[in-house]
Amino acid sequence: MKRYKLPVILFLSSSLLFSCSQSNESSTTEPAKKETAKESSQVDLNQISTDYRTFAIAEIDEFVKKTEEFANAVIAGDVEKAKELYAPARMHYERSEPIAEAFAELDPKIDAREGDVPDAEWGGYHRIEKGLWVENTTKGYEKYAEQLIKDVKLLRAKVETVDVTPDLLITGAVDLLNEVSTSKVTGEEDRYSHTDLYDFVANVEGAEKIYELMSPALKEKDEALAKEIEQRFQAVYALLDKYKKGDGYISYTELTKDQVKELSQSINELAEPLSKLGVVLEG
Amino acid sequence: MSEPDKKETTSVFNKNVSRRDVLKAAGIGGVGVLIGASGIGGALALADVLPTSQKKENTNAVVPFYGKHQAGIATEVQNHIYFAAFDVTAEDRNELIQLFKEWTKAAAAMTEGKSVGDPANNKYLPPDDTGEAAGLNASNLTITFGVGPTLFTKNNKDRFGLQKKQPDELKELPKFPLDSLEEQWTGGDLCIQACSDDLQVAFHAVRNLARIARGKAVLRWAQAGFQRTKQASPKKETPRNLFGFKDGTVNPNVKNSAEMNQYVWVQPGDGPDWLVNGTYLVVRRIQMFIEVWDRTTLKEQENTFGRYRDSGAYLGQKNEFDPPDFEKKDENGEYYIPMTAHVRVAHGDGKQKILRRSYSYADGIDAKTGTFDAGLLFISFQRSISKQFIPIQKRLSQMDELNEYIVHRGSAVFACLPGVKKGGYIGETLFS
Repeated sequence: MKRYKLPVILFLSSSLLFSCSQSNESSTTEPAKKETAKESSQVDLNQISTDYRTFAIAEIDEFVKKTEEFANAVIAGDVEKAKELYAPARMHYERSEPIAEAFAELDPKIDAREGDVPDAEWGGYHRIEKGLWVENTTKGYEKYAEQLIKDVKLLRAKVETVDVTPDLLITGAVDLLNEVSTSKVTGEEDRYSHTDLYDFVANVEGAEKIYELMSPALKEKDEALAKEIEQRFQAVYALLDKYKKGDGYISYTELTKDQVKELSQSINELAEPLSKLGVVLEG
Repeated sequence: MSEPDKKETTSVFNKNVSRRDVLKAAGIGGVGVLIGASGIGGALALADVLPTSQKKENTNAVVPFYGKHQAGIATEVQNHIYFAAFDVTAEDRNELIQLFKEWTKAAAAMTEGKSVGDPANNKYLPPDDTGEAAGLNASNLTITFGVGPTLFTKNNKDRFGLQKKQPDELKELPKFPLDSLEEQWTGGDLCIQACSDDLQVAFHAVRNLARIARGKAVLRWAQAGFQRTKQASPKKETPRNLFGFKDGTVNPNVKNSAEMNQYVWVQPGDGPDWLVNGTYLVVRRIQMFIEVWDRTTLKEQENTFGRYRDSGAYLGQKNEFDPPDFEKKDENGEYYIPMTAHVRVAHGDGKQKILRRSYSYADGIDAKTGTFDAGLLFISFQRSISKQFIPIQKRLSQMDELNEYIVHRGSAVFACLPGVKKGGYIGETLFS
């Protein structure tokens, strides 16, 4: 769950000036120009936005698929299988969060935590999470599973309408990390399953994807900043790798206070330089 | 600042005019009355008659950042403090040097009441300065930097090639009886002491410096502190601590450079040359059991301190600044100042003097007991920790009656680097 500030930005026109590109050809973009643009040391931000859109939609496609598997396990009454599928499915949502969470009416239905919405309206992933881990059952949660499938499909349909702009990406990259440092790091996100590290990792990966797409533009503008960001990503991953277990991650409750603090600080250290991605735009 | 230094800095900053200079330049002494009557507004209005080249600084409560010594030590005590200790996460010596260079630049700007970095002109970037001090004057902001023992060696490792430069004096304090130190209030590789007459200005300073340090150093602990403001005490009476007593009256005279050289500033030959004109800082976070104190009789309170609460005078004396007579006895043959009174034990044989620059703190409640978490952020500056602070604290920890009402929760020592000239950076003598 996040505060809904993105929709405002989402539908802004993408007529942002990219400071390096002063030639006339830069304002309208055809994908074919991508190669030449790079060679002539002009990175095409509109192309980056298109690439990001493709990435995010692929993630949401995967999210729909994995959510269906998860929800079907719930409907079939298979507690163990549902528990197994819960965290990995959510990662696709968390990874593409700048877009996935942009729909103010859908995000709470999919991802509200207990108390975020009136109890009568509370459904989605975390409601089922509570059933699975607190009550150890799927009984009575079938209706939430069915609704969840409907909601994620609706999300997939709506995503088509999103206009991805460079400043959405810039804001989105840092927002992903801010999500980590405000709610994931405290263990509030997956408070029953304690699978917070999955969400944590997915948020970081989502930010990294945006960085990867922007990095050629950034390197032209500020090589040292790019290098700093890359080092900090590595530092965060080095920490997260310590908590890998099998294909996934250990329970958040296994982390000591000092380990949580260390993770939190490394996220802040990454987010600070990442917040300067905007140097590629002229404001 | 001691007198000789003031001359030095004035020559560097020729814009730096004192209020008396302002009066002289204005050529109308009678206006002084107006200033007294109308306060700051009057002073500012007066500054307007000066040529523009002269009127920018000092009327806005600016303490010069550059100089032989760092500001914030001999500077007249400001109303507020925000103190922060950091752990260095950078592993590379050059990164550390870079941090000090950036800190110096930012600190110099902020102490002049300016914002950090470039003005915000790209809306797609977070602004360099965090903004909460915009429009506020420097409020006598001083920012003082120190380096802790663990910057030199940690777990027997020479971290930045500085090991051979570590002064013998700069090491963790011995454990004193009754110490109850908590990890969360103890130690640090670096420290920043920001003092200002405005807490928002002081906090802004540390916040921006911590932000600049991100990736190179992380906050280890931080504590805000206060004392009575100058506005509340126009006569600048000795501040009272949270026990209601005037304490810390005996300090070296910060205006007397001979005394400061004797007790505070590190001198050539004392230890490593890089610290000459620097000093050692000891900080102790001392929790005071104010609820317990408040149910103690006045007589017991006064015997505990060795002073009268009302006047601040030593027991057996009349006025606050009358010297103590430790031999004086009452009609029953008892010492006026009991053997275990705080002032007697602190005084000892009178050979050790330290420059105290402490502040009170109030940090909500102690979650374990539900009582106030309040007390003293004790800060002292001295030329030698082993010869000055340690003997005093040893005596206090063993005998001081005050120990019934206080507990030391935090502790750290730092070497406060010497000051720098414009164009240099804090720490340059250490790293060169």
